[in-house]
Amino acid sequence: MRTKRNSDMKKIIITAIVFSTLLSRPAVAEWSGNVAVELRGFFSQGAWPGQGDGGVSVSAQPEFRHQWNDGNFGVTFIPFARLDSMDDERSHADIRELDFLWVKGDWEFRAGISKVFWGVTETQHLVDIINQTDVLEDIDHEDKLGQPMLRITRTIGNGGIDLFLMPWFRERSFPGVDGRFRPPLVIDKDLSLYESDDEEHHLDWSIRWNQSIDNLDFALSWFQGTSREPLLLFAGDALAPFYFQLKQAGLELQYTGEAWLWKLEAVHRETTAEDYNAFVGGFEYTFVGINESAADLGVLLEYNYDSRDHLALTVFENDIFAGMRLALNDPQSSELLAGVMYDLDFNSKSFRLEASRRLGESYKLGVEAHLFWDVDPLDPMYAFRKDDFVQITLASYF
Amino acid sequence: MKKHVAIFLSVLLSTGAAIAETAQQKGLRIATEADVRDSGWGDTTADMVMTLRNRAGKTSSRTIRTKTLEGRSDGDKALSLFDTPADVKGTAMLTFSHGLKPDDQWLYLPALKRVKRISSKNKSGPFMGSEFAFEDLGSQEIEKYTYKYLGDEPCGKGWKCHKIERIPAYKYSGYTKQTAWIDTKEMRPVKVEFFDRKRGKLKTLTWKGYRQYIGRYWRASEMFMQNHQTGKSTRLQWKDYKFKTGLSSRDFNKNSLARLR
Repeated sequence: MRTKRNSDMKKIIITAIVFSTLLSRPAVAEWSGNVAVELRGFFSQGAWPGQGDGGVSVSAQPEFRHQWNDGNFGVTFIPFARLDSMDDERSHADIRELDFLWVKGDWEFRAGISKVFWGVTETQHLVDIINQTDVLEDIDHEDKLGQPMLRITRTIGNGGIDLFLMPWFRERSFPGVDGRFRPPLVIDKDLSLYESDDEEHHLDWSIRWNQSIDNLDFALSWFQGTSREPLLLFAGDALAPFYFQLKQAGLELQYTGEAWLWKLEAVHRETTAEDYNAFVGGFEYTFVGINESAADLGVLLEYNYDSRDHLALTVFENDIFAGMRLALNDPQSSELLAGVMYDLDFNSKSFRLEASRRLGESYKLGVEAHLFWDVDPLDPMYAFRKDDFVQITLASYF
Repeated sequence: MKKHVAIFLSVLLSTGAAIAETAQQKGLRIATEADVRDSGWGDTTADMVMTLRNRAGKTSSRTIRTKTLEGRSDGDKALSLFDTPADVKGTAMLTFSHGLKPDDQWLYLPALKRVKRISSKNKSGPFMGSEFAFEDLGSQEIEKYTYKYLGDEPCGKGWKCHKIERIPAYKYSGYTKQTAWIDTKEMRPVKVEFFDRKRGKLKTLTWKGYRQYIGRYWRASEMFMQNHQTGKSTRLQWKDYKFKTGLSSRDFNKNSLARLR
């Protein structure tokens, strides 16, 4: 069971070494990045046997960038690794980025492992489909695995068109027996099944057009290929991820007013089994300089909908998120985002908080908390009902 | 905007000095002349070190690279790339300024690779926790203020300055008025005092170390902002000013923020 991952890891390490040797030859090396220590504590014993109650974790993400010829050529190399005391599966490594960039007039060409972000909303990133989610890092789905791709960009005005060709699919990794945020049975990556005969070598492709007109920023996208989110099938005493084929049409829209931001993300998805729609939309209103101070307070409200109703694999099928964002605008860039997600079908509630503050010139302290309550057994979130946690991260940037 | 300036100047020339100027007209004329003298530079790049000092004397710094494209029919386009503090390295801000209309602004967050369109209502908010508000660092278009000439007076180093009152005409300014000193010889800003509704004199900004580039454009090597209310200050030190570097609107695209380093 471990052999496959070990050989993957070996491949990654060898590529990294070869690449960094090649790169160390030109004189200018531009390294930056961070190392971080993370403490996680869970409030109650896990819902499933074997789950730990918290632990220490360390991570490192060095970043190498080099540009030449007036920025028309560039290479980026960003490896990432984490060691976790609680869950062996959460100890993992990845190449977040390892790509080559060539800019020619209005054209940009990228080849290698890259990362892109699509979207405007805060509750979930519905349209964002190019990169596989690194669910081991966080349950907010904002950490991503590097995706091998060829990307061609044509800039048009203050926007452009992107074409992505993705010859190699990245499987999702899942928590182990000791890990939290998992269903009763462990999901075994080595049992992965694919709808396509090409399995992870299916050529996925995508095209996206984005533009900015006056107060409106929008993007239209099309994706055709392997679903990043698998279905989970029973396979004896474990669950097997099943990666089906997916077509997705996506829309991202943001209207930026003076204090209002109106946001919408919508998708239409077609699979062999079913066609469905989903959207997330809402607003953020910002009170500037509250109480004669420099601080800004934003109020957020977003509604999440999925036409699959409660059969949806998502926890966002008919949910409202209400939250606030506080930015002190102080020299330490202190920020806080907190809110409650309310499930209108099941009345389940979850609370989420993220806060950060710079310490000195190069450290950053982060606090994150998630609480779940009144979770209905029919809600997909039920598996996480005992996973209330607080996490403190201290990162050193260089 | 250039057209308005041309019409204004031709009207000015045809009427000549026959009609006595009001203080408002003279204030606008001085501001217009300063703007005309500082136009035609095309594009410019510069590096900046921003040093924040609190009342106790504790300092922290930020390094920012800037690129600016002069607007012909609209306001300037500006890019700010953050190198330090290390946790914000790679962050980029793109601003399209438009006179009285709110600016368009995009922020690139490198950790998520996310380009965020942000509201520019927060003109009076601090830039990177400093004593500079966003509106202090934005492009200074003529139509952003109404003007009143207050008189000429010496302003240090043997220079003589026009003293002008400026009242922000744009929405959401944190100031009720500003008093600006502009040197009579080269029309460079030397000092600005900022006033707010509640507390009177709030801040003073002074420019130092002027140098002339490509035989025409004057740029200061230092801008110092003192907050009189809090005792905090922020110093901007500028270096490596370059003009006409060949930037075009292509270099000011929200899509390209991710590749600028």
